[in-house]
Amino acid sequence: MVNLGALVQFVVDVLSLGSLYALMALGLVIVYGILRLVNFAYGELIMVAGYALFLLSPTPLPWLVMGLLAVLVSVTTSYLTERVAFRPVRERSLTAMLITSFAVGTMLQNAATLFISPRARVVPLPEVFTQYVTIAERIVPLRNLIAIGVSVVLLGLFALLLRYSILGIALRAAADKFVMTRMLGVPANLVIGTAFAISGLLAGTAALFWFGRTGSVTPEIGLWPLLVAFVSTVIGGMRSLLGAVVGGYVLALIQMVFSYFLPPGLLEFRVTFVFTLVILILLFRPEGLIRGR
Amino acid sequence: MLKLEDVHARYGAIVALRGVSIEIREGELVALLGANGAGKSTLLSTIAGVLRPHRGKIEFRGESLVGLVPEAIVRRGLAMVPENREIFPALTVGENLRLGAYIRKDREEYLADLERMFALFPILQERFDQRAGTLSGGEQQQLAIARALMSHPDLLMLDEPSLGLAPKILEQVFALIEQLHESGVTILLVEQNVALSLAIADRAYVLNMGAVQASGTPEELRQHVDMASVYLGATA
Repeated sequence: MVNLGALVQFVVDVLSLGSLYALMALGLVIVYGILRLVNFAYGELIMVAGYALFLLSPTPLPWLVMGLLAVLVSVTTSYLTERVAFRPVRERSLTAMLITSFAVGTMLQNAATLFISPRARVVPLPEVFTQYVTIAERIVPLRNLIAIGVSVVLLGLFALLLRYSILGIALRAAADKFVMTRMLGVPANLVIGTAFAISGLLAGTAALFWFGRTGSVTPEIGLWPLLVAFVSTVIGGMRSLLGAVVGGYVLALIQMVFSYFLPPGLLEFRVTFVFTLVILILLFRPEGLIRGR
Repeated sequence: MLKLEDVHARYGAIVALRGVSIEIREGELVALLGANGAGKSTLLSTIAGVLRPHRGKIEFRGESLVGLVPEAIVRRGLAMVPENREIFPALTVGENLRLGAYIRKDREEYLADLERMFALFPILQERFDQRAGTLSGGEQQQLAIARALMSHPDLLMLDEPSLGLAPKILEQVFALIEQLHESGVTILLVEQNVALSLAIADRAYVLNMGAVQASGTPEELRQHVDMASVYLGATA
């Protein structure tokens, strides 16, 4: 018989981690959908939110305000990288943009190393992130439930924006046929700028919960979130926004299954198991789980 | 209304236009004929701002269009129905039309235009909430034309509207183009279907190897130009 408490814990673990992954994957794929660019500076959007929190920690601001400011820093960074770095090379080639994204990522990392420190810095966390609730006799971290709630609200708002606003319709159209969308009068800069801003919003929000788990920020912290987001979109299907969300939850499910059920001796290899399974999925579904248009 | 002078353009490494000069006057239906690869679609892409000419002038109502981005050109009053229609299959018919009216901000006018489109294309009202990808080829062509008309263009550019349509649907689409023309829309029609195009056009240009080979009224062209060469792209 299945233990109800264990089941609840497992489901909450998968959903909270999956929500985080889904936000991160969606932020990556929203830009990819329109520009066909995998933004390798994406992980740094998470990093800058972490440093924003660190720099704000001596201030008397309530944590919620710090959190919102950190998200704003991610949004601004994302938008500015588009304006300053990607826009000038956009007309040239995809390769130029790809290289640019590496350059932007490296520069942001170096800036953090140079101006703050190469060593880890503590990120302030709110009280609720350290609190627990008891469900079915199991202790569940409150931050996991908050992560699920915030993600569901954000994904819902995003879906509404895409479904009903003219900008959302234009974004969906541009992800399919960018030139045609422009020929109808939708400005390329508006669509791309919006995509980058949304990308930053999703990355920044995910960052709050990411640092809720790690508690500290380093200049290289962006690598793992970038990898997670990229793998999630590949599993889910690069051409579909829904795919990115599904991919995020699937990756979290795989990771949690291995964390729960691998024998202790093999636990340290769980990442290897996760990626082996990802390769197997892609062998059978090379386009990802959701094929998109 | 639209005047091209000595327009040269490349498509990648290929020189696709070698000094094209054409003119379209207000209210005219002008056909642009020629074989595959003659440069017809390249010419439309160049006018629409998708490709940049490396030489020559493009003027619309006396103002140059060269160097403008596509989203600016549609605001000047030129709308495009591209080859293969390029509708958004994952979007509903209604969303496709809504995007067609993107540059128009007046909601009352938008709703009136929508009614006008429903009168012209009843099927679009019927399928309003359906995904555009579920429409048949002929219905998609109607949607593509309606979407372009939603911007209230002064000049409508149609690229191969006959492509992939069954003969009966084809006649309907051409009857519609004629109807639009009679209602006062200026039209530049790019076609491979010479007979049908000449039947409704005021004037036509024959494009060959990226240059204008012949031009005139349909009668003149029928008399003086070997129509087989228009189909086959012969250099004679």
